Amino acid sequence: MSSPDLLSGSQVSDGLWVHQARLAFGERVLFDDLSLSLPASSWSCLLGRSGCGKSSLLRMMAGLSVSNDAHLTLIDASQRPLEQRIAWMGQQDLLLPWRRVIDNVQLGAVMRGERSDPDRAMALLEKTGLGWAARCYPQTLSGGERARVALARTLYEQAALVLMDEPFAALDAMTRLDIHAQACELLSDRIVLMVTHDPLEALRLGDQLLVMRGSPARLERILPPEGAPPRDPASATMSHHHGVLLKALTEQAA
Amino acid sequence: MTRSLLLSLPLLRLIVAITVLIGLWQLVVLSGAPRYMLPAPLSVMHTLVAQSGLLWQHALVTLGEIVAGFLCGTLLGIGTALTLSRWAFLRSTVLPMLLLTQAIPVFAIAPLLVLWFGYGPGSKIVMATLIIYFPVASTCYDGLRQTRPGWLDLAATMGGSANRRLFYIRLPAALPSLASGLRMAATAAPIGAIIGEWVGSSAGLGYLMLQANGRMQTDLMFAALIVLLLITITLYFTVDRLCRLAMPWQPDKTGRQALINGDIA
Repeated sequence: MSSPDLLSGSQVSDGLWVHQARLAFGERVLFDDLSLSLPASSWSCLLGRSGCGKSSLLRMMAGLSVSNDAHLTLIDASQRPLEQRIAWMGQQDLLLPWRRVIDNVQLGAVMRGERSDPDRAMALLEKTGLGWAARCYPQTLSGGERARVALARTLYEQAALVLMDEPFAALDAMTRLDIHAQACELLSDRIVLMVTHDPLEALRLGDQLLVMRGSPARLERILPPEGAPPRDPASATMSHHHGVLLKALTEQAA
Repeated sequence: MTRSLLLSLPLLRLIVAITVLIGLWQLVVLSGAPRYMLPAPLSVMHTLVAQSGLLWQHALVTLGEIVAGFLCGTLLGIGTALTLSRWAFLRSTVLPMLLLTQAIPVFAIAPLLVLWFGYGPGSKIVMATLIIYFPVASTCYDGLRQTRPGWLDLAATMGGSANRRLFYIRLPAALPSLASGLRMAATAAPIGAIIGEWVGSSAGLGYLMLQANGRMQTDLMFAALIVLLLITITLYFTVDRLCRLAMPWQPDKTGRQALINGDIA
């Protein structure tokens, strides 16, 4: 931990906005003119039935191809398009089996042809409690350890915006609770947008809960439980909020 | 103790199997097969020792042709696969041509190759190259195409250029697939060299076999065959070993182990 700003992302102090998001496959319009605001240092959870287009929205924000008829603008507070890169966490940990753990963390530098920074990668691994595993191959690690390596790789990117597509879905419940707490702490200064199918995960982590539904889809804000994330899933108010969220998810759109 | 016993068991079985085969061979000889058709195992062994100088001299020629053909075919095959996956517009023209090289039996153009590349090692190297080119190119290309989409997405969000994604993601991901192509090639390359020598040559194990056959020296033919067998097996295990060294992250479940356990994919 050589420098104090080791973990910080590039500063986008005033949040980000998505405007005029549109996605259609031929005649079928999934959403049109959708807007979304992501406050600074906040964690937003995007929920919705499968096929509603939430993963596609995430992919579009990441600049990944979805459809020929897909576009959106992603701007910061000064109305300028986001020029900094984003960090991506996919549905699996996506560790490359032929790269050792520390080389997986530094993959971004290799991809951009930059000088990699092993000291910083090592410090990030220490932060996630995996300093001992730096020279291991990923397949020798457990699912939870691999998820933490993926987290270190995400932090290495120093991106203001972190996009997550159900990154912890494959983990068992106990491991998931642990990694929630760790991710919450380590990503506290980033803007996180996470797609999830698990209402409890959203209630535990989200500063902002967004439910996507309808055709074409709209976004509906649901009030998150009180208290700062990571919230205790066993707390008394949690079941009430769980009920509200489930109702919003299962209700047919008006 | 237990470990060494476990390791030696498959090997032991292999040795027993070979011994049984040689025993059967001896039985057939004893039952009255004429010597000029099937020489006794012992007389083949005797020829192997007595003619070792001659065998060695021709074996070196064939070995050189096989190795050169293997290297050329491998380089060409990998080069083709990389080119095809890097530049999509080439696929429509190059893929049919790739198929064409496979559709024409190499044996059918062997006389032409000898005409074009001469009686020396050249035509045999070309023949071996042609035989292994397709399996190497197609397994490598398949491997390059079947990269997990999630890896490519991740690389794209990191700002990886198409070239970097090819060399740092898709190529390493294709290695297991390429390795199975190379193992196939290791057993196919000797076929090319031998066919080439049969069609026209003045040296090599194929040439020696034809000569021995013509002179009813069946024991020499068998001896040459055994030398060829040893060359092929050595090449296979060398390739297999190199492939596994190139993929230290892969669990050891391919190659030698698979061969001994009897599940060659």
